[in-house]
Amino acid sequence: MELFNLSIAELQTMIKSGKIGYAEIADSVFSRIDAVEERIRSYVTLNTEQAVGQAKQADNNSTDEKHALYAMPLAIKDNICTEGVKTTCSSAMLRNFIPPYESSVTEKLKEQGYILTGKTNLDEFAMGSSTENSAFGHTRNPWDLERVPGGSSGGSAAAVAADECIAALGSDTGGSIRQPAAFCGVVGLKPTYGRVSRYGLVAFASSLDQIGPVTKCVKDSAILLNAIAGHDVCDSTSADVPVPDFTAEIGQDIKGMKIGIPREYFIEGIDEEVEAAVKEGIRQLESLGAVPIEISLPHTGYAVATYYILATSEASSNLARYDGVRYGMRVEGDDLIDMYMRTREEGFGAEVKRRIILGTYSLSSGYYDAYYKKAQQARTLIKQDFENAFEKVDVIVTPTTPTPAFKVGEKMEDPLQMYLTDIFTISINLAGVPGISIPCGFTAANLPVGLQIIGKHFDEGSVLKAAYAFEQSTEWHKRKPDL
Amino acid sequence: MIQYEAVIGLEIHAQLLTDTKIFCGCSTGFGSEPNTQTCPVCTGMPGVLPVMNRKAVEYVVRTGLALNCDISSLSRFARKNYFYPDLPKGYQISQFEFPLCEGGHVEINGNGTIKKIGLTRIHLEEDAGKNIHEGSANSSFVDLNRAGVPLMEIVSEPDISTAKEAVDFVKKLRTTVRYIDVCDGNMEQGSLRCDANVSVRPEGAEEFGVKTEIKNMNSFRFIEKALDYEIKRQIKVLQEGGRIVQETRLWNAEKGITESMRSKEEAHDYRYFPDPDLVPIEFDVSWTDGIRANMTELPDVKKERFMNEWDIAEQDAELLASERSTAEWFEETVKMGGDPKSACNWMKGDFMKLLNEENIQIDESRIKPRDLVDMLALIDKGTISGKIAKTVFEEMYKTGKKAGIIVEEKGLVQISDASGLESIIDDLLAKNADAVNKFKAGENKLMGFFVGQVMKETKGKANPGMVNELLRKKLG
Repeated sequence: MELFNLSIAELQTMIKSGKIGYAEIADSVFSRIDAVEERIRSYVTLNTEQAVGQAKQADNNSTDEKHALYAMPLAIKDNICTEGVKTTCSSAMLRNFIPPYESSVTEKLKEQGYILTGKTNLDEFAMGSSTENSAFGHTRNPWDLERVPGGSSGGSAAAVAADECIAALGSDTGGSIRQPAAFCGVVGLKPTYGRVSRYGLVAFASSLDQIGPVTKCVKDSAILLNAIAGHDVCDSTSADVPVPDFTAEIGQDIKGMKIGIPREYFIEGIDEEVEAAVKEGIRQLESLGAVPIEISLPHTGYAVATYYILATSEASSNLARYDGVRYGMRVEGDDLIDMYMRTREEGFGAEVKRRIILGTYSLSSGYYDAYYKKAQQARTLIKQDFENAFEKVDVIVTPTTPTPAFKVGEKMEDPLQMYLTDIFTISINLAGVPGISIPCGFTAANLPVGLQIIGKHFDEGSVLKAAYAFEQSTEWHKRKPDL
Repeated sequence: MIQYEAVIGLEIHAQLLTDTKIFCGCSTGFGSEPNTQTCPVCTGMPGVLPVMNRKAVEYVVRTGLALNCDISSLSRFARKNYFYPDLPKGYQISQFEFPLCEGGHVEINGNGTIKKIGLTRIHLEEDAGKNIHEGSANSSFVDLNRAGVPLMEIVSEPDISTAKEAVDFVKKLRTTVRYIDVCDGNMEQGSLRCDANVSVRPEGAEEFGVKTEIKNMNSFRFIEKALDYEIKRQIKVLQEGGRIVQETRLWNAEKGITESMRSKEEAHDYRYFPDPDLVPIEFDVSWTDGIRANMTELPDVKKERFMNEWDIAEQDAELLASERSTAEWFEETVKMGGDPKSACNWMKGDFMKLLNEENIQIDESRIKPRDLVDMLALIDKGTISGKIAKTVFEEMYKTGKKAGIIVEEKGLVQISDASGLESIIDDLLAKNADAVNKFKAGENKLMGFFVGQVMKETKGKANPGMVNELLRKKLG
């Protein structure tokens, strides 16, 4: 076992016992990056020089308070602003953009003394489910290099699965943490909307975006969530609610925990192996004392349509700032309008343009009521579905994705098929509730399958508790891809 | 021939006097080097989020209370989407549904009758930056110092019928926002801007005519001229059988006309939708009550009080109440024992003339209420005459010296010493025996001549009452 294979929790134990120093961890991770990055391509930007320098200092710095994440080499999705380090959103538009400020989440990690390994690849502006929509090339799934890692946080999930970092941050608008976590066989947590500050997260769809951890085990997710959660004065939508110690929530037994199984999530079209693995996962939870209860989330069928109206509407406005005037790409034109058009034509990829056009249409006068407003109403109904369900159950368990990781290029020509890969994760963002994906098995082709556990608003504690109990009673999370 | 009447509605944009911008901590100061008052938030960097400035919300609510509006219990912000280099995010955060204030009215005084102009709404939004086209032949520059300065938009109902009424309405609003300290009302610098929707219709008609929107009127004079021009233009078009085109027109001050800027077809579709970055504002009644309780006395109330309590004439009361600093200066003078009517006369006459010459506000003047009270006391005691007081006042204004000192230094004490005056009068009458005879023969108007001569002899310092009395006695 190499140090790069280990989790935050395991490394902390080793450091406490004096077996290793901080600098060795970063050295190990960067040697791993050297060995596999060429094949995986998780990163857009590597922060090697600064990271190694910081690691060297870490052991000597006796004055530093050694927080949980002290000197931990973590990867950050490249749509989270890091002051002085390029933040591209995997878009040609921001190819050379160096933020003049630090996002609130990385500021918190900095306060703990984390080491930034680099910025991970994503679908351009987080729009996509395969990390193929990147201006800088696609990331490969460590379990099968012919397959996608999922998306949009595919770079973060692949980096964690390939041990190119100890843990990572991603962002999740419609499944962008959980779906790639499922495809890459790692743990991905989307916290409650408002649990983590969005300040510094380059906005895709503001009412849905949420930053969360991508980790090797559930305990690491709790450690990272501890570090990044909490109210932030810079984000009016971050909730001013108490933040429990999530690491204290896990480890308790789940006897009597009521787990809702929504019938709308076991539908035609779901991959048989995925369905079998998830059902086996539910039996496993039952064997641990949880009580499965069949429930209904009746408006599930509207989720994808609702999402693609609301998310694109917000995106069409959020991406208006990339106009070539102040920063990022500018393509000169004959006049102002021409400059705008050329810049946005060259700066954005096809999927981003498609979504801007969809969103602009939905918000246009004469169409607003039929699309945007209707979608808001549908969103309310979807949210109510969850509220009703949570009157009967403590958590809800579903597959994270209908299929395992698909082949590179398989769905690029068919956006609708691509959109449907998020069918089980999208409702959770619309409802604003927390959800986690944990490994629950493998297909015959050795592709990971993810189990999704969904909780009540601000009840990440129960989600983590159930996930941890499951994980500790299974071996799935211990498997590593053969690289 | 058909008689036409105009229908005018106004939109006033008022920059709020907050120290910092609406969504970030940058200064709102005017006149700094370009782009020195900016940060990632107001330059629209990727990933930034707005945080509402509570003061800005408070100022709008204060205005709403002053203008008799309903304060919404729930208010929401919306994005107004359009591309322009001075708009960093590609959208302006404004309000669409659920503005902070709805309803309300402003009273204007037209030809002695009060007219109520209804308000539709008041909402809060951010200002844009400024495009600068000077300095280079083939490029423009953008200054974002103003981007994110809080603006309040006050929208009137189409209750205004003439250019004069429009001016009165804006003047009244300006007085109010200055009074309650939410906007400095400076139209030249653009902290108070006015756009107008103008249409005409046959007198007595129910339906509105097609309207045009007039922009770029940055003074009261221009508002009046632009609207007068536009009303006449529209009537002329209709009388000649033409049709009014719905469009935006700019006032061209040099040519004295309005010119077409863009037609309705070219108008933006702003794609308003609720801003997901800002949570709706819900008002706590006690918070609104607190603002109401701390509100300063408004001009109309002050005016009434000046009339009722101190017997000031309506026109004078209105003048004194029109600026908060003037009104407070006046109140302070009276509080210190100055006679309200005398104080009012001095303020509206000599004082305002001097202030206008220098173009400064009353509180910037060297003369303080105490100085006027002291001077009025000198007049009362007979130390100086009203006429001499004019000289004293001017000297006080110029130097800031106290009245008593000026009187002493310049030897302006009134001669009220009967024996001194008597000998001057005796001399005078002896020298002008002819005139004395004529007077005694009935030429009464010569009294003025004798008084004048005494005043001339005493360099105006003689107590006029005494001079009259003595002369009458000697000539009687």
